[in-house]
This record gives sequence, C-alpha cells and structure tokens, in this order.
Amino acid sequence: MSEVRFTDQHEWVRLDGDVATIGITKYAADQLGDVVYVELPPQGKKVGAGGEAAVVESVKAASEVYAPMSGEVTEANAALSDDPAKVNADPQGDGWFFKLKIADRNEFAKLMSDAQYAEFVKGL
Amino acid sequence: MPQANLRRTPLYELHLALHGKMVPFAGYEMPVQYTAGILKEHLHTREKAGLFDVSHMGQAFLTGHDAAAALERVTPADVVGLKEGQQRYALLLSDEGTIKDDFMVSRLMDEPGLFLVVNAATKEADFAYIAAKVDGAAVLDPQTDRALLALQGPMAETVLKRHVPGVEQLSFMKIARFDIGGAGAIISRSGYTGEDGFEISVHAKDAEGVAQRLLADPEVLPIGLGARDSLRLEAGLCLYGHDMDDTIDPITANLAWSIGKRRKLAKDFPAGEAIMNKLVNGTPTKRVGIRPDGKAPAREGCEITDKSGRVIGHVTSGGFGPTLNAPIAMGYVETQFAADGTEVDLMVRGKPMPARIAPMPFAPHRYKR
Repeated sequence: MSEVRFTDQHEWVRLDGDVATIGITKYAADQLGDVVYVELPPQGKKVGAGGEAAVVESVKAASEVYAPMSGEVTEANAALSDDPAKVNADPQGDGWFFKLKIADRNEFAKLMSDAQYAEFVKGL
Repeated sequence: MPQANLRRTPLYELHLALHGKMVPFAGYEMPVQYTAGILKEHLHTREKAGLFDVSHMGQAFLTGHDAAAALERVTPADVVGLKEGQQRYALLLSDEGTIKDDFMVSRLMDEPGLFLVVNAATKEADFAYIAAKVDGAAVLDPQTDRALLALQGPMAETVLKRHVPGVEQLSFMKIARFDIGGAGAIISRSGYTGEDGFEISVHAKDAEGVAQRLLADPEVLPIGLGARDSLRLEAGLCLYGHDMDDTIDPITANLAWSIGKRRKLAKDFPAGEAIMNKLVNGTPTKRVGIRPDGKAPAREGCEITDKSGRVIGHVTSGGFGPTLNAPIAMGYVETQFAADGTEVDLMVRGKPMPARIAPMPFAPHRYKR
C-alpha cells in the first residue's frame, strides 16, 4: 500500500517501493492559479532533498518545486508539456511532476502525514 | 494580505463580495483575479465582455483659456488640434525628453477644458508636475472623487447600449457625456485590451451601482488586474514603469507615432531638437516584441542575447498569452537586432531559449473605427 506524505513547500510524495512520485498539492495549485508551463527535470538527474527539481509557471509568475527526497529522476510527466492545466485539474493525481528512485527511505518518515499537512495549511 | 496603508477604490466592498483575490498594486488593494481565474478572465474578455475596476488611475480636468497650449509644454502630442469629442494617447515628458508617464487626454463637446487620465503609480507626481508646468496658463483640477470602470470585449457595445442608448454612436477614441441609470458618466470608446470597449468615468458614489448594473448582464464577468496585464501585453500596449520609464525617450520606446505631425515639424516640446534627431538618425536600442520559440515564458528582467551569447538587451514585460496559448514578451534590443524575425536567445534560469523578434500586437486589435 503506497503512502503519501507532504512537505512545508507544498509538495506531495507517494512512495511505492523505492520509487517516489512527486507533485504539488491542491493548496499550492490553487495559490498559483492557472498553470501555463512546467519545466521538468531530465531523466537521470540527481537531486538532493530540498534541492530545486522543477519549475511551475502561472500566467503571473514562476515558482520553484523542490525535491522532497534525494534520488535520481526516472521519469517526468510528459503529458504536462501539452496540457499544463492538468496540474490545476488533478494536482495530486494526473498532475504529477516526476518520479525518483529514492536514495534514502528514512527521508520519507521525516515528511508530514496527511493530517499534519492539513494542520500546517490551516495555520497559514 | 491587507496592509494598513493601502488605499481602496469605491469598488473595494464589491471586489470582496465577488471573492476577488486582493493584492497591493500602486498603493491600492486591488483584485488580481476573481473566482474564474486569470486565464478564464482573459479569454472571456476576448470572447464576450469583461468589467475592470481601474479607479486607482488618476483623473483630472485641465481648465483655462489656453489649457491645450499649456499642456503641450509637457507632451509632444497634438493637444491644440484635438477635436471636440476626441480622445488621444500622449506621453508626459521631462525637460530632458524622457517619459514620465503615458496618459489619455480628451476634449469633451462644448466644454473648454481637457479631461486627463493618468497611471495610478505616478498620478501624484504627474499632477504636481503638470500643475507646475502649466502654472499661469491653466489650472489642473484632480478628480479624486471619481471612479473609472472599463468594459471591454466584442460584446461590450451590446451590453452598454442596453443601459446607455446612443453610446454605440461613439467610434474608437471618441468620448462624450452620457447618463447610465441616472448617474452622469464620461464614456470613451477606448481601453487597454486591444478589444472594442469603453471606459466609464462616474462619481465615486455611483460606481458600485454602475458596476452592479453591468455585472447583472449575462455577457459580463468581473476581470482582475492579472488578466488586464496579459490582455494588454497581447495587444502590444506598454505598461509605464516596465516598458518605458524616465530613462527612456519616445523614439527608443517606439512611440514616435504619438508625437503630433505639427509638433514634429515645430519641435516645440521638451528636448524636441534632440528627440527629432533620434527619429531621423536612430537610437542605440529599440522596444520590440519577442516570441519565444518554445513554451517557457521569459519574464521582466530576462537577458536577451545574440546567438553568440553576447547580451544585446532585456525583457521589460513577459508572460503567457492565453489567446495565443504561447509565451510572449516585450523588451529592448540593440537596434541592429530589432527587425522582425531576428533570431535571439532569452536567458531563462541560466539557459538560452531561442526566440524571435516579432511584430506587435500579438493578438489583433479589434477597435471599432
């Protein structure tokens, strides 16, 4: 059973074995507004936890998306190139950004649970 | 996040009621978008009709027997020749011939003075400057108790003439006084989107009633400043403080067209001699339109390079054009690179992204001339 955890930068991570699927949360997508462009990391890129991994652009501005965990990029969501609006329509499903082969499983436990993230967002 | 020192337009409560996302702009709390979002608000304006609150802008009357000649002390536009019922785009120039603002000047029918609309961010400075320069010949009377609404889009005429019979008689850049639901209004057929549309100046106390009246029509949606910016960029229209500022002359800014024909010959405006020299001999850089080849937007401040990597300019306005479904930008480049089709690179996040100099407007103007 895969579990989803969250960062205080509004990214979500779903871990299946040692593959992490990463995207931005509904809260982040709503704050951003209509997404018009996504810059995704290339396959093979190594990222450290907290490092810049992608860029998401709305009509008004560009925002960084950080890697919640360290690892190597295995796949980027090519569908976002033609249809960046998927990020707004289904940010925690079809609007996923990229997948990582993770380096350290322990990093996952340090992230916020669903309930913790919900609390975090309430406080903003 | 509201700040204590931000000003509010007469439509502030209405923006909140419409769930406007309020942000600071030019010292005001303004809606950047409403519930539809910037993309939908932009597309709706080009398809039907959008209503904008632009009451933060500065409005003023300039009165005096020689108001037009007096105003010509600070602008190269043909103001003396401005006919009754006509509006014109003009640049406000410093003594050195650099641009202090752009504004609209109008002569109303059977009225001796002029009606001015200036940008929000510079209105206090503009009014102080104009008042000082026209001193003795004219008097500037800022209208701080007036609101300004813009109704823009292909359905704007259909909507407005329901409430203002006869307004359809106005053609592009014409202006007149009308009555809208009992409220006196100055209405011009002009705007900042490239679409057909109207700007409606009313007393502050009438603003909400007029806005509600127009919003009740099915074709009309409220539109925020976010879409206002993407619409004007697609229309190739400058934003003062970004696409030109007080370091830029009208020729470099590619706004020579706003200099009146008689004025060009007489050179009777600030730095007239020097500016006309620039018109004849060219300037080192020029404002141009830019279309990235790919999908990544290039934003204000982005460096423009030639294909060898040498910096040749910078982006002054950039973003995404929803009507084109592509990124667009405006900026300055060395004049030798200014021709349409010239290939350049845009340095986005440290990487060169190919782009081309492109003609503006990016989306065709649809004015009712």
